[in-house]
Amino acid sequence: MTLPLFMFYLLSAAILLFSVLTIASRKMLRSAVYLLFVLIATAGFYFLLNYQFLAGVQLTLYAGGIVVLIIFSILLTSHISHKFKRPAAWKLWMGLSVLVFGGGTTLWMLLLQPFDKDPVVKAVPVSMHLIGDQLLGLGKNGYVLPFELISVLLLAVMIAAIVVAKKESN
Amino acid sequence: MIHGLTIYHFLTVSTLMFFIGVTGFIIRQNLITILLSVELILNSVVINFLVFNRFLYPDQLQGHFFSLFIIGIAAAEASIAIALIINIYRRIHNINADNVNEMKY
Repeated sequence: MTLPLFMFYLLSAAILLFSVLTIASRKMLRSAVYLLFVLIATAGFYFLLNYQFLAGVQLTLYAGGIVVLIIFSILLTSHISHKFKRPAAWKLWMGLSVLVFGGGTTLWMLLLQPFDKDPVVKAVPVSMHLIGDQLLGLGKNGYVLPFELISVLLLAVMIAAIVVAKKESN
Repeated sequence: MIHGLTIYHFLTVSTLMFFIGVTGFIIRQNLITILLSVELILNSVVINFLVFNRFLYPDQLQGHFFSLFIIGIAAAEASIAIALIINIYRRIHNINADNVNEMKY
């Protein structure tokens, strides 16, 4: 077994185990920490796929930013030793049947699908230079419009979050 | 094929991760744990985009940029959701999805 294959199995085992623990843990802070492990293992996937920039974004923005935000909100809204009730039996069965039937059908169709074994085109090396050029490019393969849209969206979200979470004056 | 890994390896993991997220969305009651399940779903979709990019169209970076934008929008979504959750907590003092069936009081 080669090293990348070994890393793949290690990372996917971590992802699946910690995803299940994220939704199954009855203490909320632990759920958030398991989600952090899932996100870090996913960044490992991106390294395996040779997308180093995106792995960095995943680690800083997702694992660094969002998880910290979620942990803050958990500490603000619930007691740290609070333990959830078990979910109702019908809900549990519904969720598990979605997992088994939905996941089974999708996996079945996926494994029957013939993908091209080897693409005829040659891979481009993903350099920082190329990413910057395309992200702010206007021509073919340019993404300046979504880039500007997401900057406006983030501004709107920032204002909205402040307005929504603000304490009312009276 | 990259280092002996095929597209099926990655897609299997991301499919399972997606449906674990959907299951969590169904079985959990607390709003923040529902948000955690949504993050799992988004993350598996990002893996899908990157895998299709790398294995089928490696001469372009479309999946890469879509993933970048998905991560940005996920951050926006999480911050709005948390603002709403804190507002709800201030009004009714808990954040169970079962108790949030009325818009106001």
